[in-house]
Amino acid sequence: MPFIPHSEEDVRHMLGAIGVSSIDDLFDEIPTALRVQSLQRVPEGMTEMAVGALMRDRAREDGEPACFIGAGAYDHHIPAAVWQIATRGEYYSAYTPYQAEASQGTLQLLYEYQSMMTALMAMDVSNASLYDGASGLAEAVLMAVRVNRKSKSRRVLVPRTLHPAYRRTVHTIVRNQRIELVEVPFDAHSGRTDMAALQAYAGEDFAALVVPQPNFFGVLEDCDAMTDFALQNGMLAIAVVNPLAMAVLKPPGQWGSGEGADIACGEGQSLGAPLSSGGPYFGFMCCRQALVRQLPGRIIGRTVDVEGKPGYTLTLQAREQHIRRSKATSNICTNQGLLVTAATIHMALLGGEGLANVAAACHANTAELVGALTAIDGVEPMFDGPVFHEKVLRLGAPTADVLGALAAHDVLGGFDLGQDFPELGNALLVCATELRTTAEIGNYADRLAPIMAAQA
Amino acid sequence: MLIHEQSHPGRRATAQAPKQRAALDGIPENLRRAAAPALPEVSEMQAVRHYTRLSQKNFSIDTQFYPLGSCTMKYNPRACNSLAMLPGLLGRHPSAPDSHSQGFLACMYELQEMLKDVTGMSAVSLVPAAGAQGEFAGVAMIRAYHDQRGDHERTEIIVPDAAHGTNPATAVMCGYKVREIPTLDDGDVDVEALKETLGPQTAGIMLTNPSTVGVFERRITEIAGLVHEAGGLLYYDGANLNAILGKVRPGDMGFDVIHMNLHKTFSTPHGGGGPGAGPVGVSKRLAPFLPVPMVASGDNGYRWLTEKDCPHSIGKLSAFAGNAGVLLRAYVYARMLGREGMVRVSEYSTLNANYLARRLQDAGFELAYPKRRATHEFIVTLRRQAKELDVSAMDFAKRLLDYGYHAPTTYFPLLVPECFLIEPTETEDLDELDGFIDAMVKIQQEAEQSPDMLKGAPHTLPVRRLDDVRAARELDLRWTPPAA
Repeated sequence: MPFIPHSEEDVRHMLGAIGVSSIDDLFDEIPTALRVQSLQRVPEGMTEMAVGALMRDRAREDGEPACFIGAGAYDHHIPAAVWQIATRGEYYSAYTPYQAEASQGTLQLLYEYQSMMTALMAMDVSNASLYDGASGLAEAVLMAVRVNRKSKSRRVLVPRTLHPAYRRTVHTIVRNQRIELVEVPFDAHSGRTDMAALQAYAGEDFAALVVPQPNFFGVLEDCDAMTDFALQNGMLAIAVVNPLAMAVLKPPGQWGSGEGADIACGEGQSLGAPLSSGGPYFGFMCCRQALVRQLPGRIIGRTVDVEGKPGYTLTLQAREQHIRRSKATSNICTNQGLLVTAATIHMALLGGEGLANVAAACHANTAELVGALTAIDGVEPMFDGPVFHEKVLRLGAPTADVLGALAAHDVLGGFDLGQDFPELGNALLVCATELRTTAEIGNYADRLAPIMAAQA
Repeated sequence: MLIHEQSHPGRRATAQAPKQRAALDGIPENLRRAAAPALPEVSEMQAVRHYTRLSQKNFSIDTQFYPLGSCTMKYNPRACNSLAMLPGLLGRHPSAPDSHSQGFLACMYELQEMLKDVTGMSAVSLVPAAGAQGEFAGVAMIRAYHDQRGDHERTEIIVPDAAHGTNPATAVMCGYKVREIPTLDDGDVDVEALKETLGPQTAGIMLTNPSTVGVFERRITEIAGLVHEAGGLLYYDGANLNAILGKVRPGDMGFDVIHMNLHKTFSTPHGGGGPGAGPVGVSKRLAPFLPVPMVASGDNGYRWLTEKDCPHSIGKLSAFAGNAGVLLRAYVYARMLGREGMVRVSEYSTLNANYLARRLQDAGFELAYPKRRATHEFIVTLRRQAKELDVSAMDFAKRLLDYGYHAPTTYFPLLVPECFLIEPTETEDLDELDGFIDAMVKIQQEAEQSPDMLKGAPHTLPVRRLDDVRAARELDLRWTPPAA
């Protein structure tokens, strides 16, 4: 029997010890009328060999196209050591470290992770992860509404330049607590949040302002001005950042003229998580020291054992659902421990300089890609604001048609902005990470040119 | 020693990043970072050795029996991992077009279908990232259902006092008040108290069945009738689905919505605290509200269903489609078990739990619900030992670690004093169970003869008992470089 070790003799012995004659007798408290006869839609079991063949076929069916899509998930090199170590059984098959003495490996690693994330973000404290960037932002919004005692409103300013899936996710998660998201428009030339439109809210009561960096268009926001606006108007500043970009960009803890952003969160995928169809990734969240008791999720602290030896343990558990129940900061329990394990090893291997080299290479490759594509008639940049590693292009033909034609050549040409930003017309968001080669970029341009010519 | 304390300026795993720093021409100076972040500077081998050694300080399923009640720590088949990590699947971008997604989508569609079947629900969404997010989705759907009917007076969610902490926390996140109802001495929900609590203000009830005290709720059909009669809906917390897989289905019990913990029942790894996956299944009347995206099958193959196709959906719960890699592992597991293997999961996990319960009882341990049949888990209470020998369940737990067994869940559920919630799972063999029983018996002898062995435990692990009070009072949450 797959994964069940019992021999017939074992079963006889065990039933004898219990004092019943069959396994079925152990279910005698379940009303007979409720018992299932047989499952209809679950096929018969397969051997590892057979299911292996099936999965290889499925994987082959999807191919391995050259990927120029970013839009919140990025194709980066992950050192071989990262997942070879992260999938060691001792990490892979351990539970949440409730028994601290038997979990020092995971706990120390999480403490190292918190140390790395606070260094990367220039923030005081970090939790040990949330589900992903989008749901993490929802938790940040809930946290901001809890901690902003000056604000009586349950309104939060959210730039339209935020990732649209984040906006929708936040809406799903916070709406039942009567929190209102108010959209701030963007400037059509730069692709940045429209500061004049933001200023129009000066003096109004909002709990927080969300500041994406880079924003969904890849454009760099004026994070200092936005953070100062929040500070001056009694709002918390919630930074939503790409952690890889923070290796070369000013980190949230240094934004503005005050103490920086109050909360920094985002998607951790670019730190060692494969694309994997959108998950598992991990959400990270950092905050100022003063807010730590309202930070959701697991937090690891260093302490000592009875002999004075340093050790690590889950701390501030009085915030959490298993202790506080209906008064907890969040309902989150299981989070994304294994992804954080990978991210920690990833950051240790690359170091600050290595991460900065990766980030700079992405920036340069995207510039090369944009240069190659905008040389084609009917392709031009949409915005003139500076970017990190993504760029919006205006196409002289319907984006979906162009992407479909590229996909036929195994080129995934980018993310179609038509659904989420109809006001932009035929707009395409492209990205070239450090993995995209000059040859791949050249091939993209070579494929695109005749497609655009045919559409003209 | 922390990785930070092994750092040397200028040292790096140079094979892992581009050699040169490309120019940041396009980025204005005022938006740039002044200096690269102060991460550890170590060689590749240093990092590999450090994290390999750290791993050896963990207990895990792969190294120890891990009878953690309510967590279903069963063997995580390695094939699930290696097949989910095939390069084609690992490299698929979440926004890849359908033309490059049919293989992946086929797996997701078939997983939806299988989960419908094992739960008896009419529709499934795979997207919740963990059990608690599944709970959130479930209660949000209950709310959306009442709202759509204009039934705004329903402000309360009923939760038994034995429930997981996530249940009341979730109800509050969805804007509900929580009403607790007691559990009877035999472990069943107090139906009389339920009747008094139900009313026009009731939005629904959250139940786990088998319950968190490790027994099957025998009056479930009656409870479902009462809640429905009052206009409320029933939420099934799937934490204990392992106990009934293929034997009885939440849909047949009358539940309207269920979440499953694939990291429990479908054997995806717990990863030291995630990632999980908490798909939700619903009855017909809640189907319009399921979170998106979901996978549909049509003449042109598989495709995603989004808000456009599902205008009443509660919406998205994460940026993409949940923990796809976890879902793939669950899919592989389900295909390997097949329908005949699913039933065996509940049968053998129940056999193991009842064997362990009976043998521990025979050895003198007190079961919290001795008159009831154990399900896949059961509760031992150490209240007699606490009173007579002044040793707590926590002392027993820590001493078990010295014997090489991960401790069962302690002090949950809250209503049983000094309790162990013990869940052996179906993948443990008889020798392992007998070894655990022997360890419990030896610890009992120690408690009688040299209780300090327990109170000072663990003695053999990388650290002795940790000062949790200091951890919370003198917060030390990150490494800081020693002052120069």
